[in-house]
Amino acid sequence: MNALDITNVSLALGGTPVLDDISLHVAAGEFVSILGPSGCGKSSLFRLLTGALSPDNGTIRVNGAPLSSKPQAFAFMPQRDALMPWRRIIDNVILGLEVQGMRRPHARARVLPLFAAFGLEGFENHYPAQLSGGMRQRAALLRTIVQDRQVQLLDEPFGALDALTRAEMQGWLERRWSQAHWTTLLVTHDVREAVALSDRIYVFSRRPARIIAEFTVPGQRPRLGRALTLEAVRLEAQLLETLLTQTGD
Amino acid sequence: MAQFPSGVPAARLAQSLPAILSVFSALAVWEIYVRVSGISPLVLPAPSRVAQQIGVNRDMLWANTLPTLHATLTGFAFSVSVAFVLSLLIDFIPKLRRALFPVFVISQTLPLVAIAPLVVLWFGFGLTPKILLVALVTFFPMLVALVDGYDSTEPDIEALLGSMGASRLSIFRRARFPSAMPYFFAGLRISITYAVVAAIFAEYVGARAGLGIVILNAKNSFRPDLMLAAVVISSALTLALFGATTLLQRIVLSWRHAGAAP
Repeated sequence: MNALDITNVSLALGGTPVLDDISLHVAAGEFVSILGPSGCGKSSLFRLLTGALSPDNGTIRVNGAPLSSKPQAFAFMPQRDALMPWRRIIDNVILGLEVQGMRRPHARARVLPLFAAFGLEGFENHYPAQLSGGMRQRAALLRTIVQDRQVQLLDEPFGALDALTRAEMQGWLERRWSQAHWTTLLVTHDVREAVALSDRIYVFSRRPARIIAEFTVPGQRPRLGRALTLEAVRLEAQLLETLLTQTGD
Repeated sequence: MAQFPSGVPAARLAQSLPAILSVFSALAVWEIYVRVSGISPLVLPAPSRVAQQIGVNRDMLWANTLPTLHATLTGFAFSVSVAFVLSLLIDFIPKLRRALFPVFVISQTLPLVAIAPLVVLWFGFGLTPKILLVALVTFFPMLVALVDGYDSTEPDIEALLGSMGASRLSIFRRARFPSAMPYFFAGLRISITYAVVAAIFAEYVGARAGLGIVILNAKNSFRPDLMLAAVVISSALTLALFGATTLLQRIVLSWRHAGAAP
């Protein structure tokens, strides 16, 4: 049984078709990426999953059961960190737990031991503006993870970072993921990021989004921080080719 | 961040020095002009004479400052409370905005000189007309500040809370309301200065005591020195209230002054 099964899902927004017969799955502990051009409807798919929209057709199943809004099955990490500037880092991290009804002192005690692994030790009581871009992104990821949902949805989580910080964060995420094996669905338009981090990759077409290809990523982990393997280079070229031929008209 | 840390008195003094100098030189020019030209104090009293009048009449001025302060604060508290309740209704029932905003905008077009005597005529010489006039002047800026503040909430933050399963009320409490606070305080600092002027004007039109009455009596007895004394007191009152709201803002929005990224 898969952690997430999306079967024949279609969606139109205001009469414009956005998703066209999307079927994909994510197994428990698997890292799956959706690669596609900007504005192809990847974010709409996430809005379907978090319950902000409902599909016109098709089914979404979580651990075999139809998607219901409560309890939430997904923890969502938006493109920009969306940290609340008026909350200290620790209180940003516990936001999801607080919404679930946990009392603040209890929630703080629960997340505090995780700060070291996320490189945030000593910054619990800082405000977001006092942190660097990479640290803010790690805080946003920690806020996602502590919600303890079945599937983590990451929406271009490193898109707003500078190239150096992004590479650093990708390496860090790979190491953390290799230990924890969170079930993860990542949306990105960065081919290298998708190849480095994923077990499998779905390629979306331009709007209305269809799945035009699916790739299984070969190679041992960790992949980052060492020379690219020949297979990885080939896959990157193939992905880029697939993306460009269908968007290049 | 400010160039000088706020804790260093010498640096603070250096920062405010230009302001102090310009005020003092304006007063000095005024004083010199009055002395050199020999103009009658019944037309233009010197700053020194105004200061002397404040000293001589301090008991009377103080006794009239209190009612003005009372009217300002009561009226302003009433105005902010009503603005808050209405901002809540407008935020939760968007149709109300289209229904109510035209009425509020029209209320802002009414000339105070015409409305004030009518309000006094209808509600007498007590506190009520002053509260209403202060509210008339300050209510709309406060409402706009709050409503615009709610709308300034980052869509990403709202989407995030939605993905966590937060209710509309929870999103308001955790995201929209805190997002509005900087706007709220900007509105508060502007409105409090209008509030003092509105209270004095309301007194001027009809009251038993207050700075507006001091100004009215001084005008009727051709005492520009006493009028200016009352003006100085009302400026000081406005500055003090402005300072108080700024202080409150610094406390409530302390996260804004926490410093930048390392």
